[in-house]
Amino acid sequence: MLDKINFYQTGSNTVGNRLINPSMRTEQASVDRPNSLTCGHRACQGCGEALGARYAIDAAMKATSGQIMVVNATGCLEVFSTPYPESAWRLPWIHSLFGNTAAVGSGLAAAAKVRAELNGDSVTPRIIAQGGDGGTTDIGMGCLSGMFDRNDDVLYICYDNEAYMNTGVQRSSATPPAARTATTMPVGEEPGSDWGKGKDVPLIAMAHGIPYVATATIADLRDLETKVAKAMSFHGARYISILVPCPLGWGLKSSALTVTAARLAMETGFYPVYEAEYGQITSVRKIRQKQPVINYLQIQRRYAHLTGKKADPNVLARLQAMCDANIEHFGLLGDEAPQLNPAAIQAYERSKKV
Amino acid sequence: MMNKAFAVTLDPATSLENHTGSWRTLRPENVFKLPPCNKQCPAGENIQQWLYYAAEGNYEMAWRFLTENNPFPACMGRVCYHTCEGKCNRGFLDEAVGINSVERFLGDYAIEHKLSFKRPAKDTGKKVLIIGAGPGGLSAAYHLRRFGHSVHVLEAGAEPGGMMRYGIPVYRLPRNILDAEIARITDMGVTIECNHKVEDIEAEKKKGGYDAVIITTGAGISSNVDIPEGDTNHILNALNVLGEIETKGNIEIARRVAVYGGGNTAVDVARSLRRLGAEPIIVYRRNRDKMPANEEEMDAAIAEGIQVKWLSTITGATKESLKIEKMKLDESGYPQPTGEYEELPADAVVLAIGQNVDKSILDKLQGLKVERDAIVIDPETNETSVPGVFAAGDVASAKDRTVTLAIGMGKNTARSIHAYLRGVKYKKQPKNEDARFEDMHPWYYTDAPKTVRPELELARRTNTFDEVQYGLTEENAIYEARRCLSCGNCMECDNCYGVCPDNAIRKLGAGKGYEFNYDYCKGCGVCAQECPCGHIHMVPEKI
Repeated sequence: MLDKINFYQTGSNTVGNRLINPSMRTEQASVDRPNSLTCGHRACQGCGEALGARYAIDAAMKATSGQIMVVNATGCLEVFSTPYPESAWRLPWIHSLFGNTAAVGSGLAAAAKVRAELNGDSVTPRIIAQGGDGGTTDIGMGCLSGMFDRNDDVLYICYDNEAYMNTGVQRSSATPPAARTATTMPVGEEPGSDWGKGKDVPLIAMAHGIPYVATATIADLRDLETKVAKAMSFHGARYISILVPCPLGWGLKSSALTVTAARLAMETGFYPVYEAEYGQITSVRKIRQKQPVINYLQIQRRYAHLTGKKADPNVLARLQAMCDANIEHFGLLGDEAPQLNPAAIQAYERSKKV
Repeated sequence: MMNKAFAVTLDPATSLENHTGSWRTLRPENVFKLPPCNKQCPAGENIQQWLYYAAEGNYEMAWRFLTENNPFPACMGRVCYHTCEGKCNRGFLDEAVGINSVERFLGDYAIEHKLSFKRPAKDTGKKVLIIGAGPGGLSAAYHLRRFGHSVHVLEAGAEPGGMMRYGIPVYRLPRNILDAEIARITDMGVTIECNHKVEDIEAEKKKGGYDAVIITTGAGISSNVDIPEGDTNHILNALNVLGEIETKGNIEIARRVAVYGGGNTAVDVARSLRRLGAEPIIVYRRNRDKMPANEEEMDAAIAEGIQVKWLSTITGATKESLKIEKMKLDESGYPQPTGEYEELPADAVVLAIGQNVDKSILDKLQGLKVERDAIVIDPETNETSVPGVFAAGDVASAKDRTVTLAIGMGKNTARSIHAYLRGVKYKKQPKNEDARFEDMHPWYYTDAPKTVRPELELARRTNTFDEVQYGLTEENAIYEARRCLSCGNCMECDNCYGVCPDNAIRKLGAGKGYEFNYDYCKGCGVCAQECPCGHIHMVPEKI
């Protein structure tokens, strides 16, 4: 009888849920989850990246029965997790340069394969290369593209917090328009980060035709875990971008709002969540309760100039239009099948130049 | 000599040595809040708690927790006006949880599976006399017996149950259900003596050597109103009508009956008469908005074809008709006469304009204070002005007279007497802070409308006394129970455990909840923010 009732109080929106079958609960709900990134790390209070990294690597650990090695680009995640000689990582982990993470990952994958062959091991450890958006979309772009080009057996995870947080919140090519950073101050005619700049790395990754590309956020754990597990089921180059709000860099009203901010990014259409195989989008995460973009902006001080008294309503309207364009291009609302040729949001911005 | 790789001087270490808990300025703590349903329940049920077990399909556990407070779930699941549902936080989301129907399901489950109450582990040797075997008296008897006291109940009527038997019509509460739940109480060792009308409370107390007495004689006398009777038009009172239907199964009454009044008793009378083939019409001096009767019951009455004459008072009666004066409401909502009259054909009038307490036995008890048709009691202890004499139910509540309130008062009185018998002054437990919808995280809950109990089709119920509302199926009951938001109390969703960026919450295993690891908790507050039910508070750390 209990199995027949497909209604569970909070459904599958929470991490666990005592009412559902244990096999349907997330890895994070289990008492003996790996905690790949454990306590005592020096991330700020409410760090989205620390949360995203534990979610993703724990899921990969489960998918590969613990046969994982991690390469970590320079950046917050490396700095807060591993101040020499301490480390919060509980698996083989190597620190690379800022920009060559993907290349080190390629090398490790090759080495792991050779070594397994030499030793006659039946299992070859899998490689995850990871970094922030600065180390991925700007500095590491060449190595990343090369890894995609060769289709090396590496999963690259980009923890996207939309700026260089480690060095003091400078703009990256993943910073959205109008956002305040240390290098894009809210001054001049178009305050904050420029419109019509930046790049969409998930779509760039798709253009390489690699086996698997996905975007995810820390606000939808089941979605994130499914995508990591799916990525580990492929061999070849794979790419996952995870939106991880940074309470400090985004100026969240409270460090408690990390997950809420990520949720609003999804529910406003600001950050489209989807997955693609071999260059084709196969599914999108539909918006559950659509919200106007203002709800997302007003909890972040990096957008304070858009929500205060002196705010320019046109800028707000442009950001709303940007979200609406995402919703349309990726088919984030309703039940229709996803659009097959989504465009980078920068293309939309550039074509609508005012 | 060091034997280390190039440029390495220190052995690898773990971040666990770094106790980040020292960063904290705010500390997460679990708070147990008072859900609005529990707060509203006149019987003081811990509704959220028993729904928790019902949602798991653990019906016996749910029933045990329910009956901690209320020994009549099958009866309450039928006749309680479930004001809890009006306060349910789920109402802000879609529709209130069907608490009442789950309660009924659990009550029926317990009867079907012959669940019984545990007898007290040992007897205290104290004796308590209860006068009146209505809901208040039986509730007090049940709770006192649980404490181990020996309880004797004296009842003036032929059978126990009070208004549950002689006031509430069979179509709302089948008597086999009532009998089953009363039997469970007598099985615990409570003795009930029927057909014993107490005349002198003091003498009964002395004769039996009782340590305490509870008066739960109810309010069993119908109020009268002076209607000038021109001829032999029948004027009856509501309780006599309901009582006669209960004992004889029928009543000799005319076809066209005016039921005068707008309370629940008026509706019960009208619906009962309709089932006996009469054509009752309710005459009420105000309008529907001001009507005290329960809305669902009134809707059902109208659906069964009962007419209502709003804004009308009866000023006179002749053999075949009534003289009606039209009323209008003044600014403060009171009805005022208009001077306009009309005739309403009717062969009889049933007065259902209120019930009064039988003062004859109360007056004989020296020093007992009675005010405005109710015994004056201490609201904390339910003790009357006479030491050792307590009161509960309708007899001690002039304003609000429901079965549910009587059960709650009975419970409170029992607890108070338990303290009194040990020579302590009883104090009610302080309540937890309110669980407000604003403190919850509605995004997490899935949408689901309320399951509506199927009702007997109209044509059938208007001429039989069969029960109108059927219970929920097991499937629906679980579904309803799972709609509970678990306001302010943990439901083990693992959200806090999952969303902590510092891995600083320990999961203790199924049913055991979680524990904050303050060695590493940085006090970011994500757990409190993402807790669906508002069970976590951030409190400033003493620095």
